[in-house]
Amino acid sequence: MLTKEETHNELFTMGHTGCSGCAQSMSVKLIMEILGKNTIATSATGCLEVFSTRWPESSWKIPWIHSLFENSAAVASGVEAALKAMGKKEGITVLAQGGDGGTADIGLQALSGMFERNHDVLYICYDNGAYMNTGYQRSGLTPFDAYTTTSPSGKESFGNQRPKKYMPEIAMAHRIPYTAVASAGYPMDLQKKVKKAKSIMGAKYLQVDVPCVPGWKYEPKYSVKLAQLAVQTGLYPLFEAEYDKIISVKKISRKVPVEEYLKLQGRFKHLFKDEAGRAEIEKIQKIADENIERFGLI
Amino acid sequence: MKQVLEGSMAIADGVRMAEPHVISAYPITPQTHIVEHLSQMVADGDLKSEFIMVESEHSAASTVLGASACGVRTYTATASQGLLYMEEVVYNIAGMRLPVVMTVANRAVSAPINIWNDMQDAMAIRDTGAIMLVAENNQEAYDMHIQAFKIAENQDVMLPVIVNVDGFVLTHTFEVVETIDDIEKVRQYLPPLNMEYKLDVENPYSFGTLGEPSVYMESRYNLYNAMNFSRNVIIDAAREFKDMFGRFYGGLTDSYKMDDAQTVIVAMGSVLGTIKDAVDELRESGKKIGVLKVRSFRPFPEDEIVSALKNVKNVIVLEKAICPGKGGILSVEIRDSLFKHKINSVSVNGYTLGLGGRDITPKNIYDLVIRAEKEENVDGEFVGLSQQYL
Repeated sequence: MLTKEETHNELFTMGHTGCSGCAQSMSVKLIMEILGKNTIATSATGCLEVFSTRWPESSWKIPWIHSLFENSAAVASGVEAALKAMGKKEGITVLAQGGDGGTADIGLQALSGMFERNHDVLYICYDNGAYMNTGYQRSGLTPFDAYTTTSPSGKESFGNQRPKKYMPEIAMAHRIPYTAVASAGYPMDLQKKVKKAKSIMGAKYLQVDVPCVPGWKYEPKYSVKLAQLAVQTGLYPLFEAEYDKIISVKKISRKVPVEEYLKLQGRFKHLFKDEAGRAEIEKIQKIADENIERFGLI
Repeated sequence: MKQVLEGSMAIADGVRMAEPHVISAYPITPQTHIVEHLSQMVADGDLKSEFIMVESEHSAASTVLGASACGVRTYTATASQGLLYMEEVVYNIAGMRLPVVMTVANRAVSAPINIWNDMQDAMAIRDTGAIMLVAENNQEAYDMHIQAFKIAENQDVMLPVIVNVDGFVLTHTFEVVETIDDIEKVRQYLPPLNMEYKLDVENPYSFGTLGEPSVYMESRYNLYNAMNFSRNVIIDAAREFKDMFGRFYGGLTDSYKMDDAQTVIVAMGSVLGTIKDAVDELRESGKKIGVLKVRSFRPFPEDEIVSALKNVKNVIVLEKAICPGKGGILSVEIRDSLFKHKINSVSVNGYTLGLGGRDITPKNIYDLVIRAEKEENVDGEFVGLSQQYL
């Protein structure tokens, strides 16, 4: 539990144009409560940048910079280097942010470079599983069988035909000091991981599952519930790693069948039409079961 | 102190004198010895700077962008494909009005792959909002880098400055360069960077925000105005440099034997050396010929060009770049400048040569002078093609 002194409210303020039920904006608020005002943030192009900084307004009460889609990690590397050059790095957190596309697809090279050089930067990937800002196109982190506008379901397809890229393990392969996966459904766990990341020198990677109302096509009231179901089904394992070793996992208290998670979302509704769809749900259940096995979630 | 220096070394030493806090570069696509020399200076403790060897030119430009936004002096270098790869970042640096200085060792662009000198890479990024200066020799390259920081960091400019130097012809060639011994004098010429808007936890600003249709054009207009204003700043920086260090190469342009010239050759970069030698020869044989050097390509020195060329008969523009579907680039801009000033008595002939590292010889120039006398307003004419490869 965090004490009152440890929180720094209103560094990411209200008035932004994020959707009702947006789990990303909720997560940013929670993250900024922990990181505090001595933070300089970069953002990749994406929802967060668009909905929080419509000039002349900005929701950021910390220094914040958006440059391009694929260079958030490189810009943050430069910020960190400038602070070092000025002798001002001590006590300042450099935060780099991106969506799943900006992180795992177009921004992967810059991110890998930042990891490999071990800049003292916390990189947070807000993973909503597609390019939501531009209208729900598929990314490398889109889950198996999800409908997106570029992986549509149809007579010949059940949607996205590739499993989600294991981005946290790509981060771990760089042997950075800290990698963690968190969820908007578990705010305390998220804040605990941010706090830990803040205390560690070097490159850190935190991936946060952030359900997206228009992209996943569900009622706004389900944002937190869906994030929790993703964890409880085993589809989104939460864990921490130091270098290449997993040091903790969030155990599943009550295993939930994936169907419970899928049926609330329009992006999976094509799986509930017929027997062929049922077989696809079985494949997704297998992905969840494999995660449970591999990460020891139960 | 006079030294025999490779162009890359001269440039690195000029950059060292400006004491950038953060230097970032990618080593290959392609690079020169500039960043190798700088990294050695940092390793030896001769330059106190954060030197970051990144994984691409895109990240090199992005890293200096981030560092520059924190209010520190930054530098990078690239060429050819690398410059094209970082183009969107150059636009971004300019749009955010960050005073990054970079060297472009001008080289051809693929395909076919060719690592040798021409100016096509620079022409590909001419509308980014970066100031683009062109050095003629290693001495000017050394001096121009120190001036570049002063221009970029002027409070009424705040734009990136690209110093163009011909790849190989300058970067890999040794010349006598007089370096500045007293860094205090450079510090006096180039005071510490003082940015009004920067990433600072004590005074937070948001950079790179969303500019909707209601504000985007104004943002571009401000950049356009700053670029126009930089003309005076470039000239002042050159004059002040002359006062303090004794060397001067003109402001936006420079003239050579122009007083009674009827024919004028216009060019940029190292080819001017060959041109001046050829002009000396032609003068001996009685030709009234002169040279106009374009030192600042962006901002474009329209007034200087018009005033230098309005009374001549024939202008020959030598270009190491081509705009397929149109013709020359510099030549077209010169003709447009004269047209705007209602001067139609001057024939402007644009010739394309020296692409992909092909030598431009004095003979090329003699031949062109004769040829241009018979032609009127040609453009993009390729010179020196081998028929067997066409």
